[in-house]
Amino acid sequence: MLGEIANFQAAYARCLDDEKLEAWPDFFLADAVYRVTTADNYRRGLQAGLIWANSRAMLADRTSALREANIYERHAYRHILGLPLVEMQADGAARAETPFMVARIMRDGTTDLFATGRYLDIFARDDAGALKLRERVVVCDSSRIDTLLAIPL
Amino acid sequence: MPLDTVWPEGIVHQVPYWVFQRADVLAREQEVIFRGACWHYLCLEAEIPNNGDYRTTQLGELPVVVARDAEGVVHAFENRCAHRGALIALEDGGNTKDFTCVYHAWRYDMAGNLKGVAFRNGIAGKGGMPKDFRLEDNCPRKLRVAMFCGLVFGTLSAETPELEAYLGPEITTRIRRVLNGRTPEVLGRFTQALPNNWKLYTENVRDSYHASLLHLFFTTFEVNRLTQKGGLIVSESGGNHVSWSAIEEGAAGAEYAQQQIRSDSDYRLADPSLLHGFQEFGDTCTLQILSVFPTFVLQQIQNCIAVRQVVPRAVDRTDLHWTYLGFAEDTPEQRIMRLKQCNLVGAAGFVSMEDGCVGGFVQRGSAGAADQQAVLRMGGHDALSSDTRATEASVRGFWKAYRAATGL
Repeated sequence: MLGEIANFQAAYARCLDDEKLEAWPDFFLADAVYRVTTADNYRRGLQAGLIWANSRAMLADRTSALREANIYERHAYRHILGLPLVEMQADGAARAETPFMVARIMRDGTTDLFATGRYLDIFARDDAGALKLRERVVVCDSSRIDTLLAIPL
Repeated sequence: MPLDTVWPEGIVHQVPYWVFQRADVLAREQEVIFRGACWHYLCLEAEIPNNGDYRTTQLGELPVVVARDAEGVVHAFENRCAHRGALIALEDGGNTKDFTCVYHAWRYDMAGNLKGVAFRNGIAGKGGMPKDFRLEDNCPRKLRVAMFCGLVFGTLSAETPELEAYLGPEITTRIRRVLNGRTPEVLGRFTQALPNNWKLYTENVRDSYHASLLHLFFTTFEVNRLTQKGGLIVSESGGNHVSWSAIEEGAAGAEYAQQQIRSDSDYRLADPSLLHGFQEFGDTCTLQILSVFPTFVLQQIQNCIAVRQVVPRAVDRTDLHWTYLGFAEDTPEQRIMRLKQCNLVGAAGFVSMEDGCVGGFVQRGSAGAADQQAVLRMGGHDALSSDTRATEASVRGFWKAYRAATGL
């Protein structure tokens, strides 16, 4: 399971870093929860997110909004993921906590450390037996986002 | 000291770019706007509900503590130890009986009064403060505090008019519309670091002209079109404004198609539940953006309620603090809808992420153009209310209030 989850995380990071945004929702179950928040909000139990979705369709909408509606300067990410800490659940699901660092590369070459944090994940299998995210809460360490958050974390 | 400036008196439809670029201008603003005769949003009463609760915030560069004392009275004072100037409170907030500066343990009550000085009488009869040292002569500056509908405002100046007069009747009515009679609950707090001068954001908030042109998400789903029913209210001072729009069945999009503007597309949502809000205000108004000079914003976009606070960090850097709100009276379904609609706003917001970068585009675009000027002539030259949002009247209103406050 650990190897499978590690592989999943690497594939997820590559998907975003290669800007294959249309493939990003496929990492989630149809009724998955995806939320981007900060350590401060998470610690206080505050529910709002910078991104808050409770369906895979909402993630697809974010992709199409980024492609067709939203305006931002061209940029890319590079995710560097740490080792996942995996805990098996009684129902066969797995909880995992994986630290990340994300560099943002702007079109002029400016490269910044854009975000650090951790993925708090619940993994489960879909009907075909493939490993998917039932829940991903992206907890950014900092409360501050520079300029905007377009490409998801 | 007079600043070396060129800006014809009384003109608010042309704004020179040096106003966004100069350190001496920011220094003037800190003095006469942030520490001057303006009311500044500090926090929500709901963030300090219990006696002993406090929050730290900023009046521009000036750090501030807002605290509720043992009798429930809210105070605000400069977050600066009267001894050597260190921060008195280091956390974003908490609950305490008093504040002790970490440097030399000077102790303050919840109103910012100095209550204790370590080793005041020296040690073994040696050292200590002189006999004429009086605690009451040494305390950080205190702010006047006023509250309205659960919003806590502060000002350092004795000259600032009473809060409700400062807000004016158009603004108080529309703050009440959103907040009155309910118990706000904080759903989350986020800070967006903007790569631009603070005034490029306060202009942007008041710019009803750009909303449906830059923000395609809004327009396509008819959350907002300039062709919808809507209008603009500009306060007499110019500094406060309300932009609103309401659902009107059959509103035409023909004007957009004719102009061949990017804002007309076939884009549809796979999960449209985001837009299935609930009736909350007893009217058809789906959007109400309200600003108070200089830096406060109260936003209602469908059921997404937030306050925004603008804090300048440098000539070309600004912190935008978002506080998302729900109400204790929300049903679980209503709360879920608010959380969903938070996707519309903030740093990752479908209808607001562009505002995070567009100020930077202006800051960079105008970098070599200090002696050139922005053109704000949409809808005329004045700063009056109107029944159209195809106008820059409230941006001109901001400059009217700004010029009055700064003398620039």
